Amino acid sequence: MGDLFWILFSTMVVNNFTLALFLGLCPFMGVSNRVDTALRMGAANIFVMTLTAVAVWALNTFVLAHAPYLRLIAFIVVIASLVQIVEMVIKKVSPALFRALGIYLPLITTNCAILGLAIFQTTRGYGLLQGLFFAIGGGLGLLLALVLMASIREALETADLPDVVKGTALVLLISGSLSLAFMGFAGLLSAS
Amino acid sequence: MKAARPADDFLRCLWQENPVLVQVLGLCPTLAVTNTVANAVAMGIAVAFVLIFSSLFVSSLKRYIPNEVRISAYIMIIATFVTIADMTLQATQPAIHKAMGPFVPLIVVNCIILGRQEAFASRNPVWRSVLDAAGNSVGFTIVLLIMGGVREVLGSGTFLGYSVFGPHYEPWVVMILPPGGFFTLGSLVLVVNVVRRRRAERAAVPALPVRSETKEAA
Amino acid sequence: MSAPPAAEHAPPRVPAARLLTTLGTGGALAGALLVFAYQATQPTILANKRKELAQAIAEVLRAPQRYDTLYVYRNVLQRELPPGVDPRGLERVYLGYGANGERIGFAVESNAAGFQDRIGLIFGYDPATGRLLGMKVLQSTETPGLGDKIYKDTAFVGQFSRVAVPLRGVKRGAGRGDSAEVDMITGATISSRAVIRAINDALARLRPLLDGYRAEASR
Repeated sequence: MGDLFWILFSTMVVNNFTLALFLGLCPFMGVSNRVDTALRMGAANIFVMTLTAVAVWALNTFVLAHAPYLRLIAFIVVIASLVQIVEMVIKKVSPALFRALGIYLPLITTNCAILGLAIFQTTRGYGLLQGLFFAIGGGLGLLLALVLMASIREALETADLPDVVKGTALVLLISGSLSLAFMGFAGLLSAS
Repeated sequence: MKAARPADDFLRCLWQENPVLVQVLGLCPTLAVTNTVANAVAMGIAVAFVLIFSSLFVSSLKRYIPNEVRISAYIMIIATFVTIADMTLQATQPAIHKAMGPFVPLIVVNCIILGRQEAFASRNPVWRSVLDAAGNSVGFTIVLLIMGGVREVLGSGTFLGYSVFGPHYEPWVVMILPPGGFFTLGSLVLVVNVVRRRRAERAAVPALPVRSETKEAA
Repeated sequence: MSAPPAAEHAPPRVPAARLLTTLGTGGALAGALLVFAYQATQPTILANKRKELAQAIAEVLRAPQRYDTLYVYRNVLQRELPPGVDPRGLERVYLGYGANGERIGFAVESNAAGFQDRIGLIFGYDPATGRLLGMKVLQSTETPGLGDKIYKDTAFVGQFSRVAVPLRGVKRGAGRGDSAEVDMITGATISSRAVIRAINDALARLRPLLDGYRAEASR
């Protein structure tokens, strides 16, 4: 149990997907200007990542042992299909939620965070429970980074910034500060 | 006009439409594998391989790929070449492959590659697509090299493993850590924005004589 | 004139089969290409991995002449597994032999949570003396300049060539001087502790098996 908790916490803050592992940066740049869209994107991500973790575990355990060279193609196909299915299910179950999420769901397919999750899970040899906690930790970490960035950007809207800084440069420089701050979490759980 | 176009396909990707600095694509590998110049070069080569061959195949086969499944087809083609690149790198340069970790397979979802197939290779002849792919690869690699150079020299005091400042240099360790990546790329984008702004301003200046001409005419 | 309306309704039906055949053919071609590349590169990749492992074992077991791979199966060390058992999922240790066929010791891989992320290492253990023969860090993302001293600081690494198990980490200068003490790196105690913990945990599990294997060797 301690091991699982360590995986969750370490993935969420110490080795944050966005700020330490550099995954999920494209949506990070694009979606982080409003807190409510950031929340929705983060939530959609957590959902898809959890499902992906289970699917990847199943693939690795039962199928890919025989054909390791098909790993990448299999992962991509599974992720794309999962996102399609999730989209269809949400559309049927809650049209309001579907409209709220809008284009964010299809964007998740090419989000390197999901594929990155699949690859990390494979190289670290995580079992089913570990993979699940890894996915939830990773998703929460993404959500945390997105919401933090969105709050900062919303606050900066009233600031008098030079034009050349606005946009990508600003987000990158703020991310650097956030990443530096998150490095402070290292070693938090290792006291023994 | 026609003679200028082939060079254009290649050259505009280096500056005006640089995939990382202008189109803001492919940020993940740019930040992740640039802590040493060697890794940056390896990633540049890998992306060039995948991008050029994918564009070649997509452009050659564009007539046979039905519109409804084109994204899946592109991804399948790209994933095949990425897997080949990954296995080749692992066999020939195991140390670099280990250092780059998951970012070689992640080339599959590198927005540059999928973006070029969708925006260019699927609608243009083969030779133009290959030139465009080569241009984007070179533009991408240039950015990688600048990032890698800055981060390795400042963060480890070395360039390609060779010590630059001598043994008494106290390295700026933060540069090879994640924050350093963000700061370096952010500063680079900032510099590029300033340069482009200045160029746009200078290009707008010649408009002044036109105004005085109209004044005289009036 | 009546052709266009009919043609408008026809396309949605045909492409379905065409979509599948296109994707299927594409998939088959991609698969064939991948199989070819896989078979071309796998031998080299496996050879590299074997070489890396052999180098690590040579470092921690002080250059053995050869080594045996032993699997931990059903809480017993075995060189050969019963038929049908997949060796890939099993933990393994390596028994090194010297030039005259004498046993040097066991090389064991282990890992533990460090400061940044998990630290992976391999160490050599001699059951005859109850001491370590060496330690090599295989995988670490510890802070450059501080935590990475666990493999860059030769004095720290050198301790693992003579220390007795179970290990006890002590801050520099605060030790009693007994043979099981390991001086931790100043400023990197968490990383040092992780290395010690990785070795102690692995030995806590495997020591009975390793010590016990001594008896079987005479058979």
